[in-house]
Amino acid sequence: MNSLLLQAAAKIVVPIQLIFSLLTLLRGHNLPGGGFIGGLLAATAFLLLAVAHDVDRARRRMCVPPRWLMTGGLLVALSSGLWGTLTGAAFMTGHWWPDFTLPVMGGLKLGTPLLFDCGVFLVVWGITTEIAFHVMEES
Amino acid sequence: MSLLPVLPVIIPLLTAALSLAMARHRTLQRGLSLAGSAGLVAAAVTLLATVRHEGIIAVEIGSWPAPFGIVLVADMLSAIMVLASSLLGLSVVVYALGNVDQARVSFGFHPLFHALLMGVCGAFLTGDLFNLYVWFEVMLMASFVLLALGGEKNQLAGAFKYVTLNFIASSFFLTGIGLLYGKTGTLNMADLAQKTASQSDSGLMLTSAMLLFLAFGIKAAVFPLFSWLPASYHTPPTAVTAIFAALLTKVGVYALIRMFTLVFIQNTALTHGLILGVSAATMVVGVLGAAAHFDIRRILSFHIISQIGYMTLGLGFFTVAGIAGAIFYVVHNMIVKTNLFLAGGIVNHLRGTFNLKYLGGLYRAYPLLAFLFLVSALSQAGVPPLSGFLAKLMVIRAGLAVGEYALVAVALAVGILTLYSMTKIWTEAFWKEPPTEYPSGEKNTPAGVPWLLLAPVMALTALTIGLGLFPESFIQMTQEAAEQLMDRTAYIRAVLGPVP
Repeated sequence: MNSLLLQAAAKIVVPIQLIFSLLTLLRGHNLPGGGFIGGLLAATAFLLLAVAHDVDRARRRMCVPPRWLMTGGLLVALSSGLWGTLTGAAFMTGHWWPDFTLPVMGGLKLGTPLLFDCGVFLVVWGITTEIAFHVMEES
Repeated sequence: MSLLPVLPVIIPLLTAALSLAMARHRTLQRGLSLAGSAGLVAAAVTLLATVRHEGIIAVEIGSWPAPFGIVLVADMLSAIMVLASSLLGLSVVVYALGNVDQARVSFGFHPLFHALLMGVCGAFLTGDLFNLYVWFEVMLMASFVLLALGGEKNQLAGAFKYVTLNFIASSFFLTGIGLLYGKTGTLNMADLAQKTASQSDSGLMLTSAMLLFLAFGIKAAVFPLFSWLPASYHTPPTAVTAIFAALLTKVGVYALIRMFTLVFIQNTALTHGLILGVSAATMVVGVLGAAAHFDIRRILSFHIISQIGYMTLGLGFFTVAGIAGAIFYVVHNMIVKTNLFLAGGIVNHLRGTFNLKYLGGLYRAYPLLAFLFLVSALSQAGVPPLSGFLAKLMVIRAGLAVGEYALVAVALAVGILTLYSMTKIWTEAFWKEPPTEYPSGEKNTPAGVPWLLLAPVMALTALTIGLGLFPESFIQMTQEAAEQLMDRTAYIRAVLGPVP
């Protein structure tokens, strides 16, 4: 599709979508949101690029191949599970670091559940773009 | 130490994740896939040795205490099943290196294969009913993609039937889980066992038992729920069919054994009586279906169904001997059935067809292959001294001990029909004169059998002979597993702690 309107809109919308996907990921521990929906939002940002321009451009903008995102996500999620075993606890035992506050976002609780969510984020982002890019390239 | 029961899930996950990134590096991916499967075997051996030595191990995932969080429980049955699956996983990975084409590999054959192994091991180890559902879905997703990978027309037709019927099974499973949860307020299997033991038999328990029986019955392909199996198993490459034959139906059998020894034992006259009836029908219908076909893979697919009947028969007798026989049968059948599919795949590699009409004369050209196929075929039919003989003997003796003479007669008759259909394959493919016409018009003559295909077949043949000649320690293990299953206190104590 070669629509000037869409391309101009994508320029503004894509960064907002990406920031929003990160926010969704971070608020997900106690509020609606989380890795899955955040990953989908990140994927839609690049799908918008692929629709407005073409798949190649979207792939270039992503910098890493979608498969690597899937691998990275699985490894991050797995490492969050293994963290507990380092201290002798059972697999997937949660571990929390001290709270701290960021200027805009407020208080942030960091722990292995967030790490797990980041893994989910990467896997969903990777697999959604991988499938969609394939379908778009074939058609 | 608490990591050990989780390892059979972590290792395939790690292998799948890493091999996903190595799609472009063929050698690296192959090496990783092999190393991952070998690592799984090592973990499974350690797990079995530890469980045998120290008793049942339960791990509370995330340190959430037992009835509330998810537990992974490794008892003798789980450990034996994990070990058998990992051994077959390793041999099929070796075979797949020579059998699965490059297009399928670059679309992710290896990651999917390990995802399947992860789902299967998770299903064997979990001590939580809903978690079992989750592992079933992991398995279903991985197997669905493996089945459809390649996108040939008949593959998609088979995959469609497979996935539809399995989704129906999943919905039965979920409904059953919902009813059980509504009734008891727990899904931890040990807790369920404890809570339902004190309840007298009620309609709701029986309903959920039947729903779960339907769900696991579809997975295990028992009569009359087996139609997805012969419709789909003959379509993908041999390595995929072989690993499906080894694992998928056996997970259904495992789930039946687990639930109908641990939880649903309030009304055994009805539930286990039903299992006995269904088993007999499964054995007979499967073997008759096989007799009607002339394609090696279709014949073998129907034999999977028929053999499942023997396993559930052992469960239906509901004695230590019966269940020990069932477990021995499951392991024996995993080895032999996989091996028959792998050897059949070599025949296809040599002649370019699975159709017996266009095969023949292979004995003269490839005597070793003919011998390997014959051993597995005879083992499946139950000829001494192979493992199939002992498996049948254990189940049949258990049947005689409880006085089910009619069922024993059916089992023996089905054994003879199995022998007929195994000799049919062997004489048609290996013994008779080579045919004069070929499906593709010309004779397909590759140089020889690649070692990557032959080595796993030789290893598995050695395993079935070894299991037949030196069965004592393994029979001992199945006895211990069956005793643990029939006396549920050890399992419940391992998960929930000492009972007050």
